[in-house]
Amino acid sequence: MSPVRRKIQRLLVLFAFGCLALNYPLLALFSIRSLWFGIPALYLYLFVFWLIFIVFIAVVTEMKKLPRTSFPLLLNRKSK
Amino acid sequence: MLQEWVILLVSLSYLGTLFAIAYYADWRSDRGRSVISNPYIYTLSIAVYCTAWTFYGSVGRAAETGIGFLPIYLGPTLMAALWWFLLRKMIRIAKVYRITSIADFLASRYGKSSLIGGLVTIIAVVGIMPYISLQLKAVSTSYTVMLHYPDLARIQEHKTTLWNDNAFSVAMVMAAFSILFGTRHIDATERHEGMVAAIAFESVIKLLAFSAAGIFITFIMFDGPLDLFDWVTRYPETSRLMQLEVLPGGYINWFTLIFLSMMAIMFLPRQFQVLVVENVNEEHVRKAAWLFPLYLLAINIFVLPIAFAGMLLFPEGHVPPDIFVLALPLTEGKNILALFIYLGGLSAATGMVIVATIALSTMVCNDLVMPVLLRLLTIQHVDLSRLLLFIRRCSIVFVLLLGYLYYRLIGESYTLVSMGLVSFAAAAQFSPAILFGVFWKDASRRAAICGLTAGFLVWFYTLLLPSFARSGWLTVSFLEYGPFGIELLRPYQLFGLDMFDPITHAVFWSMLINIGCLVTISLLDRQSTMDRIQASLFIDVYRHSGDTHLWKGKAMITELKGLVARFIGPRQTDRAFSSYASSHNVDFSKEIQADAELVEFAERLLSGAIGAASARVMVSSVVDGEEISPEGVMKIIDETSQVLEYSHQLEEKSIELEAATRELQEANKRLKELDRLKDEFVSTVSHELRTPLTSVRAFSEILHDNPDMIEPERKKYLDIMVKETERLTRLINEVLDLAKIESGRADWHMENIDLTEVLREAVEATSQLFREKSVAIIEMTPTFPIMVFADRDRIIQVVINLLSNAAKFSPPEKGTVIVRLYFKKREIRVEVADNGLGIHPDEQQKIFEKFKQITDLRNGKPKGTGLGLAICRRIIEYHNGKIWVESISGQGSKFIFSLPV
Repeated sequence: MSPVRRKIQRLLVLFAFGCLALNYPLLALFSIRSLWFGIPALYLYLFVFWLIFIVFIAVVTEMKKLPRTSFPLLLNRKSK
Repeated sequence: MLQEWVILLVSLSYLGTLFAIAYYADWRSDRGRSVISNPYIYTLSIAVYCTAWTFYGSVGRAAETGIGFLPIYLGPTLMAALWWFLLRKMIRIAKVYRITSIADFLASRYGKSSLIGGLVTIIAVVGIMPYISLQLKAVSTSYTVMLHYPDLARIQEHKTTLWNDNAFSVAMVMAAFSILFGTRHIDATERHEGMVAAIAFESVIKLLAFSAAGIFITFIMFDGPLDLFDWVTRYPETSRLMQLEVLPGGYINWFTLIFLSMMAIMFLPRQFQVLVVENVNEEHVRKAAWLFPLYLLAINIFVLPIAFAGMLLFPEGHVPPDIFVLALPLTEGKNILALFIYLGGLSAATGMVIVATIALSTMVCNDLVMPVLLRLLTIQHVDLSRLLLFIRRCSIVFVLLLGYLYYRLIGESYTLVSMGLVSFAAAAQFSPAILFGVFWKDASRRAAICGLTAGFLVWFYTLLLPSFARSGWLTVSFLEYGPFGIELLRPYQLFGLDMFDPITHAVFWSMLINIGCLVTISLLDRQSTMDRIQASLFIDVYRHSGDTHLWKGKAMITELKGLVARFIGPRQTDRAFSSYASSHNVDFSKEIQADAELVEFAERLLSGAIGAASARVMVSSVVDGEEISPEGVMKIIDETSQVLEYSHQLEEKSIELEAATRELQEANKRLKELDRLKDEFVSTVSHELRTPLTSVRAFSEILHDNPDMIEPERKKYLDIMVKETERLTRLINEVLDLAKIESGRADWHMENIDLTEVLREAVEATSQLFREKSVAIIEMTPTFPIMVFADRDRIIQVVINLLSNAAKFSPPEKGTVIVRLYFKKREIRVEVADNGLGIHPDEQQKIFEKFKQITDLRNGKPKGTGLGLAICRRIIEYHNGKIWVESISGQGSKFIFSLPV
């Protein structure tokens, strides 16, 4: 599998996990009237998951520098 | 309380600062030192997503639905995971084909159709209207709050006259500002570096302002978030907001909002503008994909605490939650902080309005007005760049006026978020056409038109019209009983679907019909050539990257240059053409005719200014001959499929080749082996023939040289000679026989024969041999006939051969040979057993090979030709049987052959 394909597949899986974790029924598990560490459970869950998800995006997209596919620029600078 | 002139002065000087930043960025970029060419500015410019909706509306939404404000930011986060390949592809397409707006993108994708461009523009303008009015409402409300707080009656009062209404002034100031920003000149690349820099600055300000508000409210008015949440649990009104059940529409609504915001982050015209059109380098997407979600996280952290604080401090509900952010510091008398927060809200709103109006004005000009103008009027040899600017300025004013109008009609009866969601649902209508268009070649122009139109109409009917009804501009009975009392057509319960909230309901129906039309009609439709070319160019953008030339006809360079100059001005045209000349090593002073590449270049320059569809029309007016070369078409359409097909064929061929090579090698090996065997056979045969010949010759020479040889001696020699010639004859016969069988030329007379009779005959034929050596022969055969399908003579030959061998190797006088016929393992077996010396296990296989004889230990001379058993084996194998020997040294041997029943 080429590195590009591998990366795309990882991102797709990440996306799917994110969609699952941020929707019913997983979300319903945290829809309770109680405080965890003094913070409403739902609020805490969403923000912590959000942060972890961002970290994962960063890890996957920044992981390996792929060779940049170049394309010809017609005008590389705007002219007036 | 602050004086009005202070607020006005601060607002205007803030806008002045923005303009200064924009001017500086433009100045820098003209000198080739872009300030915006880094992923951080890019990320901040994407944050134009956070508008007054986020700044004021999120708190309002949180006060009503708790965590329900969040899906609007979770959706973009999820989408950001896909940016690395989805957004990058869109950016690449836009760069290569000079796409300047979302309308241009779709028009280009679907055969450069100006119909699609116009359609998308109309949807965008109508769809964004509520969104712009949201910003106007937020700015005008926040201005009033700053001015009159805590006199809430003044804030709520309805504005009657136009000049009294500060929302109108806000709209006009913003229009002026956008015009200054976006339409100072027509730009070939249609990128606005100054605007992007200003937007990035605004993103910083709004984040700082909102965080300042959050920190002040959470940590100074309360003792940190834990204290605040502790208060929250004590009151049922606030503690119920900790659960998702308060969200109207529940989890389905939650899901809808995530979906809508996923689409909005990509396909709202202003998001498309900053994400795709204003992107400097597609590698910036890598960092933005996680930095932008981080920005969203940061700006949302304090939303819920602020909402809770507002609800705890204004429990009577007389302060609208949408203004909590301002009201809380103002109650504490922190006017300067409130002013800073107000500025943050102003940045959020102006940022959105500037980008949205610039994006929309480009679309209105390029995709709505220009195509009509170019078709209706014959504008010949006029400098159109001024006209273009004029159209854009007008459309900015028009878009803002439309937003203001919507605000006047609807604004009072809606919260900020519910106004914004209507726009989100409109932007989502673009998503099927774009997403299918970028990945699915068969998505056709007609299908896209149908999908967009149908989706837009459903959206209009189920979301926009009801908003007029709810504000009293249409009768309320329209909502409750449907138009003309047709209950099935109630806009919030279309066809009786009544389980969803209005947004989910509208999104469900509009997306269903939009995607349904797009997919179904694409499958039924036949694409035109232009359609197919553009589809290929978009989907395989990484392969084409604009190196294919579609123009076949020739054009005069001067004409082409003149055409471009009319739209983007002569100075810019000169620059663009000379940079083309230097990069392609062409001297325009020597050439007269433009080649396909230059025509293509001119078309792209033009599409930057007037859109792809119009640019094609304009270029074709100066190009003589066919506009599309068949070679170009073939190249684009067939390349992909052919390359795939070729590589597939190649793979199959190489597999076939490999197999053939293997077979050939095996055949070659077999041939070599056969060749070796043949040589061996020939040499053995000659050797075997030479032995008797030599002895015949030797004896005849003796007889010849000794004529006086005595009679008994002579007779003895002659006897040997006769025997040797007999042996020679037999040998030759057997060689011929074997050759015949091996080459398959032997005649076989297959018939049903009685094997017992065959055995009896064979025993009779060899009885003389046994008698000579005084060897006993015992027949153990059934008394009833055993029928097999075989060649009678050949089988007799085999048995005689085995019997004569047995006779030869049995010891004289004491020898016993037993012939048996029996059934075993579903086959008939014939066994000839002797009690001779037996055969060594090493030799048991060899004896069935040609000329492999067992050397007789007693007299050293072989007794047979060495071909008998080889012939036997061939015969039995021909009958699908087997022949083998079982023997123990010194105890005799058993020759057995089997025949199938």
